Amino acid sequence: MHSSFSLSLSQHITVPRSNHAFDSIPFAPSKPINLRFCGLRRETLGFSSLSRSHSRQGLQLHTTTTSKGISASLADNGSPPKSFDYDLIIIGAGVGGHGAALHAVEKGLKTAIIEGDVVGGTCVNRGCVPSKALLAVSGRMRELQSEHHMKALGLQVSAAGYDRQGVADHANNLASKIRNNLTNSLKALGVDILMGVGAVLGPQKVKYGKAGFPDKIVTAKDIIIATGSVPFVPKGIEVDGKTVITSDHALKLEFVPDWIVIVGSGYIGLEFSDVYTALGSEVTFVEALDQLMPGFDPEIGKLAQRVLINPRKIDYHAGVFASKITSAKDGKPVTIELIDAKTKEHKDTLEVDAALIATGRAPFTNGLGLENINVVTQRGFVPVDDRMRVIDADGNLVPHLYCIGDANGKMMLAHAASAQGISVVEQVTGRDHVLNHLSIPAACFTHPEISMVGLTEPQAREKGETEGFEVSVAKTSFKANTKALAENEGEGLAKLIYRPDTGEILGVHIFGLHAADLIHEASNAIALGTRIQDIKFAVHAHPTLSEVLDELFKSAKVEAHVSSQVSEPIAV
Amino acid sequence: MASSSPFLSKIPISNRTICFASSLSPIPSKFPSKSLRHHRRNALKVQSKIREIFMPALSSTMTEGKIVSWIKSEGDVLSKGESVVVVESDKADMDVETFYDGILAAIVVPEGETAPVGAPIGLLAETEEEIAEAKAKAASQTGSTASPAIAPTPPRATSTPAPAISQPTPAPAAPAAEGPRKIVATPYAKKLAKQHKVDINKVVGTGPFGRITPADVEAAVVITPSKPVAPKPAPAAAASPSPAKAAATSSASPLPGSTVISFTTMQAAVSKNMVDSLSVPTFRVGYPVTTNALDALYEKVKPKGVTMTALLAKAAAMALVQHPVVNASCKDGKSFTYNSNINIAVAVAINGGLITPVLQDADKLDLYLLSQKWKELVEKARAKQLQPHEYNSGTFTLSNLGMFGVDRFDAILPPGQGAIMAVGASKPTVVADADGFFSVKSKMLVNVTADHRIVYGADLAAFLQTFAKIVENPESLTL
Repeated sequence: MHSSFSLSLSQHITVPRSNHAFDSIPFAPSKPINLRFCGLRRETLGFSSLSRSHSRQGLQLHTTTTSKGISASLADNGSPPKSFDYDLIIIGAGVGGHGAALHAVEKGLKTAIIEGDVVGGTCVNRGCVPSKALLAVSGRMRELQSEHHMKALGLQVSAAGYDRQGVADHANNLASKIRNNLTNSLKALGVDILMGVGAVLGPQKVKYGKAGFPDKIVTAKDIIIATGSVPFVPKGIEVDGKTVITSDHALKLEFVPDWIVIVGSGYIGLEFSDVYTALGSEVTFVEALDQLMPGFDPEIGKLAQRVLINPRKIDYHAGVFASKITSAKDGKPVTIELIDAKTKEHKDTLEVDAALIATGRAPFTNGLGLENINVVTQRGFVPVDDRMRVIDADGNLVPHLYCIGDANGKMMLAHAASAQGISVVEQVTGRDHVLNHLSIPAACFTHPEISMVGLTEPQAREKGETEGFEVSVAKTSFKANTKALAENEGEGLAKLIYRPDTGEILGVHIFGLHAADLIHEASNAIALGTRIQDIKFAVHAHPTLSEVLDELFKSAKVEAHVSSQVSEPIAV
Repeated sequence: MASSSPFLSKIPISNRTICFASSLSPIPSKFPSKSLRHHRRNALKVQSKIREIFMPALSSTMTEGKIVSWIKSEGDVLSKGESVVVVESDKADMDVETFYDGILAAIVVPEGETAPVGAPIGLLAETEEEIAEAKAKAASQTGSTASPAIAPTPPRATSTPAPAISQPTPAPAAPAAEGPRKIVATPYAKKLAKQHKVDINKVVGTGPFGRITPADVEAAVVITPSKPVAPKPAPAAAASPSPAKAAATSSASPLPGSTVISFTTMQAAVSKNMVDSLSVPTFRVGYPVTTNALDALYEKVKPKGVTMTALLAKAAAMALVQHPVVNASCKDGKSFTYNSNINIAVAVAINGGLITPVLQDADKLDLYLLSQKWKELVEKARAKQLQPHEYNSGTFTLSNLGMFGVDRFDAILPPGQGAIMAVGASKPTVVADADGFFSVKSKMLVNVTADHRIVYGADLAAFLQTFAKIVENPESLTL
């Protein structure tokens, strides 16, 4: 449920040339998603440009890529042509599969997508999408309930209330709307949607079928596994779907408990704590690690805790496991046994009205027929290399088989899955491509939001230590931003982690109003290899929240000089 | 300051800085020979000293602080002025630095843990030989200060803290056996109880499964006598706050449908100060001041960023120079405390609260610096980033409601100060001069509330006269 998905790639957009590509290498990066070749690691450009130097780079990207696609497929057809039902089959119609399918069609591939449940997968049906509907409600509730905030704006609102069913319907309607959009977009493009549970039968061969019906077998030149994940429920926890629930159930919002324990304080747990407290519940977090919000940059996590946890009706137990959770029955409350995460000693027993298990997600790869091709999963994840090619038990690549998204566990985000799918399509249509995961942003849609891209400060410092470069940090506050103050939402921080010697952006972390929308300036800069000394000259409309980042870039102290003049001056 | 403290946040010591406990509390017991040697605090020649590092009070509302991180580790050599530890208060994180050279001998309160203000959090040794001694002391301290945990963790079955060498076993504070009933309180109930200092164990839960709900705590708060009872009457659990008295003092239960919203920390601090102010005998003296000249000056200097607040603060400060008694305070009811600085606190309403940023040495700074300083203070106050000394070091307070058209009002004297000035709006008024000629002058009513134990009527009158003269001939303000 992490974030919105990026369906449309900039295929039809004229992308401005990135500067360094012209002053250093006679080969312009052709697409923004071609991350690694886009400057972050300039040295690798050499080899890729040699191998593909025949393609002349124009400004209109899609013309170029199309011509490349053709030449590549000609080359691949050197082997005796076999006849396949499809060029590409994708198992799983989630956001990853959908993104891959769209791109495949654009590249002229005959594509089919197999779905055993509903189109849209976790994100659309049980994840990011419906949760955004609930969070939209919680954001408004929060605002309306904050008398203080309203008064400061000069507004008078009488007591805000909500209708649970109405809120639940909003989430459900949104999910079905997006699901239909997705389905229609696939159909309109001529992607065959094969309903049934898919499994790999052998090399380039897949079966699919519904329970009780005979399986059908289809062949394809390339296969992508994109089966996603399901909520992970640790041992000892008895999920009844009513009082002990996972995000799947919580999104249906069948009841709003007075007091709910949320096991896990990652994205999912945090977002639900935002929803539940806005709707009047009290929340207790149970976190196995010593601190809440592990995985976030520590400074951001701490600030977030001050804003999102401490002043709300939330308390927490950190450094403990929920070893046993019993659902409410026979007039007894939900009971949760807590044990110390290290000593395993019993620490406490909680008695509450409900428990939400948000301990992460487990890959959904059972019954995929991986044994047919000698692939062994690792904790359920399909092992892949950095090009998403599946690796078998002997460490060899399985030809023509790829795995993207949550099922490979590289980065469990909807848009990461989609980007990986597009990367795979690029490869199978003849253009080598490696996705730079460090340029993939992530967001948590609490109020205010948290977003991030790249490394956290400790990670960057560690990298700097091993690779021998200095790491600097710049910060700006939302309190200085006109638009944020106009909204009376000055709480927030943006943090930039960078190399002062080269101006390379290592990571950006934002906590504040609309942080999830603001992060893309930074993630695009990382993806395109734009340096701080260059981006700081870019102009931002005033007054906008984006000036938070403008100020952030300007406050960085970079030793390197502007790498090149921005294109020729244009008179207006 | 009678005694300096080894640790202070990066703040010059100001006369109202809140209690950083005294530095050299000689270490009690255990090492009698050494503690004898340095029982005199100004014996500078003392050979060895172990200083305790206390949890500083970083804000007036802070009761406990969390150790965010120790910047230095045990055994590190510290020099005066270095940051040693980062402490998180209810307001912000602050670096705390040492005022002494020495060696950080032992960390008593590790990172992530919380200690009450004034509690030792570390030990500073002067020489290497003392490190072992300090460590032993630290070990004994960690044992004895097994501070009652705030979270209501149930009595642990087996108390096995990290085995430190020969550590005095912590006295089982809570009854070791399972109590008669397990306290279950919701997160918000616990927060409310902490906020209102209600012992959650004494609250009767009426929620589902007998749990304590926020409503239960609120109910308990209403019956608890709200008077800030002086030192609690002995330990003997005085058979629950006598309900009879409570019924008498507390007003009838709120009207149905009314909402109860508890104070924010800032509001609670205001409330406490206001109640405390009742113990001071105050009186008031008003004075009309002609402001035509001041208004004209203001128009002139306004483009340079000078505000009316700065002008008034400067004028008050200059008047105070001539009337030091108005800048004095009465700490104990027996003496005058003449303050060495003139620090003008200015009351500002911020986000539903009230805070008094302080213009320090307002008599010494020129008008432009003062205006600059004021601007910074207001920005910091909005951002909740005021350092303690920036809002609690005032020696005289200025409160101006003139901009709202208020023509006169009466201010409550904040505890610890000698006087507060309430400034009304300046309004055109018809006046007759000595010769009987009428004219229209802008007049502003100034009303000063003062502590009559130290400031008498004539003192205030003289002060106001001086103040009026300065305002009526304001050229001196720009000098």
